[in-house]
Amino acid sequence: MPIKTDNFATEERISPIRGTKRRNLDPAFRRLTMICGTLILLAVAGIFFELVLESRPSLEKFGWSFLFTGSWNPVTGEFGAASSIYGTLVSTLIAMVVAVPMSLVIALFLVEMASPGVRRLVGGAIELLAAIPSIIYGMWGLFVFAPFMADHVQPFLTETGLPLFAGPPMGIGMLTAGIILALMILPFITAVTRDVFTLVPPVLKESAYGMGSTTWEVTRKVTIPYGIQGIMGGCFLGLGRAIGETMAVTFVIGNRHEIALSLFSAGNSIASTLANEFTEAADPVYLSSLVELGLVLFGLTFLIQILAQMWLKRVRKKMGTGT
Amino acid sequence: MMEQRNFRLLGAKGPQETANIAWSRKPEIARSIGPAPSGKPSSKISSRNVNFYYGDQQALINNNLDIAGNKVTAIIGPSGCGKSTHLRTYNRIFELYRNQRVTGEIFLDGENILDSGRDLLELRRRVGMIFQKPTPFPMSVFDNVAYGLKMHYRMNRHQMSERVEKALRQAALWEEVKDKLDQPGTALSGGQQQRLCIARAIAVEPEVVLMDEPTSAIDPVATAKIEDLITSLKENYTIVIVTHNMQQAARISDFTAFFYQGLIVEFGATRKIFTHPSNKQTEDYITGRFG
Amino acid sequence: MKERSFIFRRLTDLLVRIISALAALVGLFFLGWIIYIILARGAAAINWEFFTELPAPPGMPGGGLANAIAGTLAMTVFAVLMGVPIGMMAGVFLSEFGRGSRLGEWIRFCTNVLMGTPSIIIGVFVYVVVVLSTGNFSGYAGAAALALIMLPVVTRTTEDMLNLVPDALRESALALGAPYWRVTLGVVFPAAKTGLITGTLLAVARVSGETAPLLFTALNSTFWPDSLNEPTANLTVTIFNYAMSPYPDWQAMAWGGSFLITAGVLSATVLARGILWMRSKNR
Repeated sequence: MPIKTDNFATEERISPIRGTKRRNLDPAFRRLTMICGTLILLAVAGIFFELVLESRPSLEKFGWSFLFTGSWNPVTGEFGAASSIYGTLVSTLIAMVVAVPMSLVIALFLVEMASPGVRRLVGGAIELLAAIPSIIYGMWGLFVFAPFMADHVQPFLTETGLPLFAGPPMGIGMLTAGIILALMILPFITAVTRDVFTLVPPVLKESAYGMGSTTWEVTRKVTIPYGIQGIMGGCFLGLGRAIGETMAVTFVIGNRHEIALSLFSAGNSIASTLANEFTEAADPVYLSSLVELGLVLFGLTFLIQILAQMWLKRVRKKMGTGT
Repeated sequence: MMEQRNFRLLGAKGPQETANIAWSRKPEIARSIGPAPSGKPSSKISSRNVNFYYGDQQALINNNLDIAGNKVTAIIGPSGCGKSTHLRTYNRIFELYRNQRVTGEIFLDGENILDSGRDLLELRRRVGMIFQKPTPFPMSVFDNVAYGLKMHYRMNRHQMSERVEKALRQAALWEEVKDKLDQPGTALSGGQQQRLCIARAIAVEPEVVLMDEPTSAIDPVATAKIEDLITSLKENYTIVIVTHNMQQAARISDFTAFFYQGLIVEFGATRKIFTHPSNKQTEDYITGRFG
Repeated sequence: MKERSFIFRRLTDLLVRIISALAALVGLFFLGWIIYIILARGAAAINWEFFTELPAPPGMPGGGLANAIAGTLAMTVFAVLMGVPIGMMAGVFLSEFGRGSRLGEWIRFCTNVLMGTPSIIIGVFVYVVVVLSTGNFSGYAGAAALALIMLPVVTRTTEDMLNLVPDALRESALALGAPYWRVTLGVVFPAAKTGLITGTLLAVARVSGETAPLLFTALNSTFWPDSLNEPTANLTVTIFNYAMSPYPDWQAMAWGGSFLITAGVLSATVLARGILWMRSKNR
């Protein structure tokens, strides 16, 4: 195959640009990306630092008792986080109790039972639940779901006679907030669980099926134990979401600084307190108490995030994937 | 094989001795490679005492090799023997990875390319590389070939399209793609993609083209085209090709180096290596007894 | 004896299957319920004035949320301008330079922490850093809060997408003598284009529906935003304020705003997922 190199009469000799004529921008590029990455580091450190700094007046005035005092009185200047923390924990607990089992069985449905078409459709729809903005959950929760709870759910629960379900069926309150939170974190836990289920080596499942196990037995004895770390990680991710969720909770929790046993009663959460009162706080101690509330919430989500990453890292190592 | 590898990796001392013994026993190889000469070597590329490490693991041991200009030199050997590693030192592409390092000297036209002050970009313009799998960039056929040109030359659009056409003609691809220059490079067939990569590499007018198993991911018909292409390219370029296919090495190369466990066991004219190998390991490998 | 346990096992399995399918249905039902309500109540409030007029006082007919729509758009654009380039560069660092380095590990960890940080905390942080130091609520502060929420999402997406680009592509561009920055921007980015665009789209969709970080950064306003240097009207805080008000016509406006936000966010999300799905099908 002869190659003619002389068939370009017009070709001129162009000499390449030499090293001295162009500057090597690679070190600068590398530094630029490093600075951008470091900004994220600084942001997290900055959040910690600024929250601690701004909550100093409250830290000094109340000390540790801030965490255990129930009264929250801007008039007398007495602030305690107990009711907000209680509300946060209870509403989150309700959300987890509802969302975790539900996510597990939905993931089971998607992975083991649904046909590919149904899986894509239903899976996509469940994921859309995560895309709906939290204020929309709030609107729907306040104007539609809370009245529904008051009319059709709470009266029946009251008949059980449990102190948890005592009091007038107002619709708004801890229980409604918890259920809406469950709906909001459902897609996160489902997504992680579904991924974990699909990552279980087929040969493991096949050998269990080969022994005559039913789908549920394979799931309970093989799939879940194998992927438990990933599922835990997913649960912590959902927990982190629920604990810091603001708008949906603010709409329906009732916003009262009170600790009551009944799940029907109005309460508040750290996030809802911040949303409601932050712009009204004129007094420095009031403001710094609110910032300290934020610090407590940040600390909680930080811990949860560490736990979530720890579990997810383990499962990644075990399954040898980069996801 | 595995134990031997592990033994080799225990320390550099043992294998180095083996290397020296190997050389001293083979006078004709010693002549073709020679003990590291003091003056500047006359070959296109000359490696002297090249050692290569992946972290703590040594992958190349005292490699000495002279690549003749405007010839095709094939590097053969069983997988894991270091042939690709050796090739990847010629354009210092290994430096992309943080735990890989090299010692020794590699001369390109008498200048040591391992000098820390070398302009890497200029080096890589002069030493092009073709990879195992075709790697068309996510852009049009034309832009693929023009990519290196835009980087290294200042030219107007007319000159640019002339050079692109010339490179595509040299890569024997022009007739097939002249109507699809605007289509994405990824839309071509596997064999065409690989020739596109060759066109891209030779467009910047390198002096040396390194090929790392360029036909291993390509069907036999396309392979034959690329082999023809390699033979015709040596008129203008010095070619070093790593291949696991010994028939290929025999067909297209002028010189052959046989690598085994990081050592250059034998090097010489291809015809001699394939007909009268002077080393038992080379013979065993070529006749298919291992590897 | 054996027979019965076999039947029992089959029944349990059937029961779990039914429960699973029901749970999926319940999830779908709630999604449908919420979307139906937003459509039914929101569409009624949408008309020409809604997009063109300033809010009317309660009891007055007409009026719209034009200022809030403009404010939300402006703040989102600013947030994208701040968050996307920084996030992408940080993602480049993690995928191209920071692999296996200590700094890279720390940044990756902080990215996860920031992603898990409640948006209201971001709001408090920006309030303390920007609003307290400049002395006033501003659209810029709101945009900064939104950018800070986008940042880790964009970083993670960029890192993941760039990691999917094979090293061979980088090597062959480098082997042509291209400097690394040109390889990254000219070859690796185009190769990861679809993923980067959809990831960014998802991040934008997410922040455009955020309320909590704007409550005490951008605040709200009933006027046209002359500049972002003052409290800036925005859809989500307006929805919150109007929904909590006792006036039915304001509540109707809030439904209209909800409709607009939901439509925007959901269509962006569906679009992004559709693109991803098309791509995975084509491969």
